[in-house]
Amino acid sequence: MKLHELTIHEAAAMLAKKEISVPELCRAVFERIEAVEPQVDAYITVTKEQAEARAEAVQQEINRGEAGPLAGIPLAVKDLICTRGVRTTCASRMLKDFTPPYNACVMEKLEASGAVMTGKANMDEFAMGSSTENSAFKTTKNPWDPSRVPGGSSGGSAAAVAADLCLGALGSDTGGSIRQPASHCGVVGIKPTYGRVSRYGLVAFASSLDQIGPIAKDVTDAALLLREIAGYDPRDSTSVDMAVPDYAAALTGDVAGLKIGIPAEYHQAAGMDREVSAAVNRAVTVFRDAGAELVDISLPHTDYSVAAYYLIAPAEASSNLARYDGVKYGFRDPESSGLLDMYKNTRSSGFGPEVKRRILLGTYALSAGYYDAYYKKASQVRTLIKQDFAGAFASCDVILAPVAPTPAFQLGENTDDPLQMYLSDVFTLSANLAGIPGLSVPCGFSRQGLPIGLQLMGNYFAEASILKAARFYEQQAGVFRKRPNISGT
Amino acid sequence: MKISREEVLHVAHLARLNIGDGEIDPLCGQLGSILEYVEKLSGIDTSAVAPTAHAMEMANAFRKDETGRHLENQQALANGPDAEAGHFIVPKVIE
Repeated sequence: MKLHELTIHEAAAMLAKKEISVPELCRAVFERIEAVEPQVDAYITVTKEQAEARAEAVQQEINRGEAGPLAGIPLAVKDLICTRGVRTTCASRMLKDFTPPYNACVMEKLEASGAVMTGKANMDEFAMGSSTENSAFKTTKNPWDPSRVPGGSSGGSAAAVAADLCLGALGSDTGGSIRQPASHCGVVGIKPTYGRVSRYGLVAFASSLDQIGPIAKDVTDAALLLREIAGYDPRDSTSVDMAVPDYAAALTGDVAGLKIGIPAEYHQAAGMDREVSAAVNRAVTVFRDAGAELVDISLPHTDYSVAAYYLIAPAEASSNLARYDGVKYGFRDPESSGLLDMYKNTRSSGFGPEVKRRILLGTYALSAGYYDAYYKKASQVRTLIKQDFAGAFASCDVILAPVAPTPAFQLGENTDDPLQMYLSDVFTLSANLAGIPGLSVPCGFSRQGLPIGLQLMGNYFAEASILKAARFYEQQAGVFRKRPNISGT
Repeated sequence: MKISREEVLHVAHLARLNIGDGEIDPLCGQLGSILEYVEKLSGIDTSAVAPTAHAMEMANAFRKDETGRHLENQQALANGPDAEAGHFIVPKVIE
């Protein structure tokens, strides 16, 4: 039994029965990190010393019978979630030395539930990207094929989970940044309903779209993690005051009578890889054979989601990232004559090319004379995309779709053409624009052995429905039991 | 081209970014192709559609105007590139 291969629910059961100890479990995970991390590069910061001290303390809590639901579980955290005393870089030179003086709401919750942080996971700079190649510090490799990207922007979190460099992880999803890397790395990831999880302490990219969520080895683990991080927080004025259900208890495995919507626009999209299409179609059959009812639905504005998203998200980003001015925190260019010069030099050498591109695009879309044609127009189309989903959920409970049009692409394949990279987000952006929850669960492998993810989207706050459907599928398909063939040198 | 060199430089100034001479043409090309792509939105009639700024219906969330515990001054300054006497230091603004 290799302890780092355990799921969260398996490890929690063994810890509760005292079959293993927290220090033992953490030691196994850090030994795995030492052996395999040089090939994967999933972490920006590994917090081994803090974790060792914390492991001892949590074991004491377990011994006293005061253990929380995640007591002793080693978790990785995407490096844009503020962690008190542990630097939080957003994979940017701008925040290379930023050490938050406070914890994000989700970190307070994880601490209260007994989790042990293993480190801060790599990502695209400020979460802008679909491959984690935009990190200023390192390139994360896909554990299933190190010549390929892990997806992004939460690529470090997904790769760490897939390579057993932690038992689970937190990511964030603004346009697919949890679901797409989960799909490419063969793990489970869920983007909750907008407002379900507090964004307090999440470094902002596009505030009306950002949402924190779990990446895990199986659906049960994703459900356990989501329950711990969800809930109302008055410090995030967009968080919603609604009771958090016991998601794991909803995983009954029964889908008889469940109405599954099949959106024509997703399944007949141009540029769809045939193997992805085939894997998703096989999943449809699995649901149908179990007594689920398939419903043909239409989401007619799907084809406009990339255009709407790549105006709205950069517009919000250009405003949010105005705060990086070299004054209050982060990098300052030392070679400056005067204040304006300092602002410009700082931002020009602190931000990487993709972040600058999006700031420029967003500033343009908001600037005088262009606001109505770009930002306002995109916001109106956002309304239509929302209405598409409202119409669809009138006739189905869950929407089934691909996550990404292709399996993980080669490192460097899409870096010269930003628009090409944006187009690969076509299936995930709409859920963020509408605010609904969506998840990715493994549904097969390409002939080259690359994982393929299945997307399930639900109505507002219907996380339990999509998790339940995903758990049923996972039990039937058993795809998650395969592991990447990556071992220490 | 959908966006001119002058427009790129103007927007860069608004965004407080320097653009090197060698960067202008590639940016015109990249931003231009994105702007050409988003042009497809103009094919939709949105004259009767209200814009959505936030996915969830929500009203302003006000908190009570009360004093509370927040970051201590030294904590707030700790990440600043330059601080003195409880304040952030910036380059001289007025000659």
